[in-house]
Amino acid sequence: MTVSTTPAAITVRGLRKSFGPVEVLKGIDMEAREGEVVSILGSSGSGKSTMLRCINMLETPDAGEITVAGEAIKLAPAGAGKSKIADRKQVERIRSELGMVFQSFNLWSHKTVLENVMEAPLHVQKRSRAECLEEAEALLAKVGIADKRNHYPAHLSGGQQQRAAIARALAMRPKVMLFDEPTSALDPELVGEVLRVMRALAEEGRTMLVVTHEMGFARDVSSRVIFLHQGAIEEEGRPQDMFTNARSERFRKFISG
Amino acid sequence: MAQPTIWELIGTGPNGWGIALAIAAVMTILIALSGFVIGAVIGVFGAWAKVAGGPVTRSIAGFYTTVLRGIPDLLVIYLFYFGGSAVVTAIGKLFGAQGFIGFPGFLAGALAVGITSGAQQTEVFRGAFKAVPSGELEAATACGMSRWLRFRRILAPLTLRHAIPGMGNVWQVTLKESALVSVTGVVELLRQSQIGAGSTGLPFDFYIISAAIYLAISTVSGGLLQFSEKRFTRGVRRG
Amino acid sequence: MDILFLWETFLSLITALPLTLQLAASAIVLGAFLALGLALCRLSGILPLDWFARAYIFAFRGTPLLVQIFLIYYGLSQFRGLRQTILWSVLREPYWCAVIALMLNTAAYSSEIIRGGLLSVPFGQVEAARACGMSRFMTFRRITLPLAIRQALPGYSNEMISMVKATSLASIITIMEVTGVAARIISETYRAIEVFIVAGAIYLAINFILTQLVAFAEYRLSPHLRQPAALPTTSTGAA
Repeated sequence: MTVSTTPAAITVRGLRKSFGPVEVLKGIDMEAREGEVVSILGSSGSGKSTMLRCINMLETPDAGEITVAGEAIKLAPAGAGKSKIADRKQVERIRSELGMVFQSFNLWSHKTVLENVMEAPLHVQKRSRAECLEEAEALLAKVGIADKRNHYPAHLSGGQQQRAAIARALAMRPKVMLFDEPTSALDPELVGEVLRVMRALAEEGRTMLVVTHEMGFARDVSSRVIFLHQGAIEEEGRPQDMFTNARSERFRKFISG
Repeated sequence: MAQPTIWELIGTGPNGWGIALAIAAVMTILIALSGFVIGAVIGVFGAWAKVAGGPVTRSIAGFYTTVLRGIPDLLVIYLFYFGGSAVVTAIGKLFGAQGFIGFPGFLAGALAVGITSGAQQTEVFRGAFKAVPSGELEAATACGMSRWLRFRRILAPLTLRHAIPGMGNVWQVTLKESALVSVTGVVELLRQSQIGAGSTGLPFDFYIISAAIYLAISTVSGGLLQFSEKRFTRGVRRG
Repeated sequence: MDILFLWETFLSLITALPLTLQLAASAIVLGAFLALGLALCRLSGILPLDWFARAYIFAFRGTPLLVQIFLIYYGLSQFRGLRQTILWSVLREPYWCAVIALMLNTAAYSSEIIRGGLLSVPFGQVEAARACGMSRFMTFRRITLPLAIRQALPGYSNEMISMVKATSLASIITIMEVTGVAARIISETYRAIEVFIVAGAIYLAINFILTQLVAFAEYRLSPHLRQPAALPTTSTGAA
């Protein structure tokens, strides 16, 4: 079975978002099928992070429709061309089905690495402690920081913190993983260890949306690349096509510069 | 009659005031603790008003902290002690009571100290809340936490951890402020020392003893606070 | 609300204002010298001086100001020998006892603020002064102290406000400054709330003006942090 025949994990239709007078997203249409790794590229200010944050409603879209695993997120008009979350419970449930990895890790500083990983499964999904513990330890082993499980985030390197954050996101057994520039805050020598973990996840067949500046990852790992420019999709396609034979002049410039 | 030595004064012998002073020290701690707890409750709501309130609640909270920072604590104690009596007397008249009804000194003192302490703790909690990294809250939201769960599991513990050092300072201030409650006649440490000084003619001895007891209470409680700070702020980065 | 009563109260309280200001000013000015001395003791590197300053600061910050006032005003009278000396003409006056207690108290707090300011002076600037051939004293007077004062001002302004508030405690040893007069009016009229409002407003006004003065001083002392256009053209004239 090829990826293009699997069901859609995430569908975005007509997504618009403004911050004050600035229109950041000007009607985005995109789709990620189950098992796809979609890299979202673009210069800063192109709206790529905002798009990702709209998918789990960290930003509320002004207009448009977002569907996660076939379920459309309910929005209600809030006047002045804005929308608001119509059903908070629904959004909270959908968020728990999406794993988010942030640029600045955002591990909870008052909890150990293990507690960070167990927090959401235990208290949001209300699974049993024994099950959460077993799974958390397995995930920490998988991202290679099992020995740091009782450390506090402040005592970890950036790369270790980001791997812990990936384990935390995975612990919710998410349908889709969202990565928001996961390596941008890392020292260059620490980028590799995080990319290796992400590559392993891709090889497992996980559905991933990755906002990134890592051209190597986009080219070698992703199944599809989306290039955003000034709030609109400028070009999208398979990486082997895009990186050798892009139609867009801007994308060619973007990857060469 | 030979004057008792300072050691006899703090003892429990015939000239000893040890037991009375110990009870008074407990009273001092009780006043300070009550005031501190009242202040903590006010502080939480005050900080909440300043951070999340609308323009009206924000300006009320701002007015409260500005006023309490600018006026003497002794005036606040007079307000509660005499003002409380006036209010209680007025209410008493409504129900047919005759004459003046006194307001309990302990209550007036604890409330006054609490209001003052509350203004300081409002600022402590506000600062602590601002010190919570917004990314950590966003991560909680992204996990699908409800607002209440996020408050209970992430925001409240993080705020508290950042607030502990500031609360320790406020506690020390509150403890010393409790001495002012002696003007209401409550027999706490300073009032007991005045009584002792008056009946023995040894004011220096009694005030030095009370100073030493205050110093001991503040040192011991400071040590305890530092211990709890170490325990509870593990992992929290300081900027 | 009885406007006439408020006005009469205001007129009575305002007559006591000079005494409040005098107490605060004497304590702050005298305390500043003592504080500088204590800060220098702490930084001297001479162990006995350092320990003395530490013990002093510990004792005065760890006990209530009211206990310190009582210790000086009532406590010292216990020593009959002292009554024969010339010192007694000062120590039997409640006013001077209040000034001494406030001064000793504020010195303990201010010395830590000044020490922080002195420690914040970049060593390179001191070194540069020495390289110019300035003596140790000249370096301190011309370079270190001005920079330290600028750095310590915000913290010091809080301490000055505390002192203005603390003068109210002098009323307990019979000095009729603003709070003393307020307490007398309350005990005569039982109108605690109105008197509190008027007295509170007076203290708030003092502290507001004080804050503005410090902010102005801060502005004048930091031309190097302002826009270049604001630099005075006669910057070499003062040297």
